[in-house]
Amino acid sequence: MKLEVRDLSFSYGDRKVLEQVELQAEEGEFVSILGASGCGKSTILKLLTGVLPRRSGEILVDGKPVEGMSEHFAYMPQNDLLFPWKNILDNVCLYGRIHGTLNEARKEAMENMASFGLAGYEKAYPSSLSGGMRQRAAFLRTALCKSDILLLDEPFGALDVITRGEMQDWLLSMRKRMNRTVVLVTHDMDEAIYLSDRILILGGSPSRVGAELVPELPAEGRTRDWLYGQGELRRRIHREIMRKEERL
Amino acid sequence: MNKWKRGAVPAGLVVLLLVLWEAVVQINDIPLYVLPAPSQVIKALISEGPGLVRHAQVTVGEALSGMAIALILALTLGIAMDAFPAVKSGIYPILVVTQTVPMIVLAPILIIYMGFGTAPKILTVVLMCFFPVAVSFTDAMGQMNEEYVQLVRSFGAGRWKAYCLVKIPAAVPGLISGLKVAATYSISGAVVGEWIGAQSGLGYYLLRVKNGYMLDKVFACVLVIVALSLAMNGLIRLCQTAVMPYEKEKRP
Repeated sequence: MKLEVRDLSFSYGDRKVLEQVELQAEEGEFVSILGASGCGKSTILKLLTGVLPRRSGEILVDGKPVEGMSEHFAYMPQNDLLFPWKNILDNVCLYGRIHGTLNEARKEAMENMASFGLAGYEKAYPSSLSGGMRQRAAFLRTALCKSDILLLDEPFGALDVITRGEMQDWLLSMRKRMNRTVVLVTHDMDEAIYLSDRILILGGSPSRVGAELVPELPAEGRTRDWLYGQGELRRRIHREIMRKEERL
Repeated sequence: MNKWKRGAVPAGLVVLLLVLWEAVVQINDIPLYVLPAPSQVIKALISEGPGLVRHAQVTVGEALSGMAIALILALTLGIAMDAFPAVKSGIYPILVVTQTVPMIVLAPILIIYMGFGTAPKILTVVLMCFFPVAVSFTDAMGQMNEEYVQLVRSFGAGRWKAYCLVKIPAAVPGLISGLKVAATYSISGAVVGEWIGAQSGLGYYLLRVKNGYMLDKVFACVLVIVALSLAMNGLIRLCQTAVMPYEKEKRP
């Protein structure tokens, strides 16, 4: 589904965080919002899901305005937030449990366990899994939502560099299979370049969306070697971020 | 040090103290109504066994009923306090103040109101057990990571569903801690109630043998009370492993 955000502003008390943020994601598109820590990236996602009350601006899904908590979005937080008291299968079926479609969700979860690298861990509790596995379980939980737009809030931010790299490779390979609109929030330039169709730079004070950059190669053809050769794109992104900071 | 070796130190200390105690009583020929020797206490425990069991049944019944009522009250009030801040700010301070009134003062008043039956004993247990359970449960819910609630809300869960899915399960470890404290108090609570006025129960028995200066039986009864309190605590520990199996599987 197509996502459009218009004129979105937000303040925490007197501190204005977001100023007239505009963004768009086409059906099936993978868009990254790149910015420094504390620039309000996560706030955008929380406003989209309705967890934070929105006081201004418009959110449109397929042209229709969205208010409050919306079924259109599946949110994945930075911390896996798996329930320690539930096993992995029950954890990933959260959406099904909430919406009374548990059996269906179980079936779908079992079909996906292997591709999420969780086969054989259905009955394990989150505390016995590694950080990367927990994050994949959280991912599966989000993917099993019937929502059309995935909102990923620095999904690999809490992982070590090596595991993070593996997870990025895995997500790149999963992109096509999931076939959903994705908005990824990250402060990792390489992650944004590697995974997304379009990169939006968020910065300034209060933050707004500045430049928009598009990696040349389509996602299907990308490899790590391609990523290492993206020096010029990285330089441009860096320049854009710096330019936003100068305006302060 | 393995588990057995660690247990050996306190056990050895207890045995040493008992031997010393026995020796002091024997050598100085201390009379029974001042201090009974451990051997006399054991003898009393055996001879009074059937009577003690009968009284203990009454006390345990009161303690368990009181605990159950306290648990239900604590769960209800805990959720109400968490869901409605106004309820919390209104009730929480009163709860704390009621805990400062000594139970030994309240128990006779309860008997005036409710008679000599089991009701005032159960109520004494409720009053003693409710507070630690309610406080630990409410605090555990208040301290949980709000992001969990935001997550299930963003998945489309309503307020009550968020409680069932996240808040209550997340507060279970806190609830169990409170129950452990309450379980240890529960037997003492029932005994205090019986002490003030009853026809049966360990408190009633204790008062009777104390008035007869049968200190060996007093000590024997105290032993039973200690054992029962520990057993109640153990019961909660059993419940803990049953409802929190995930605790055992933690990565070392």
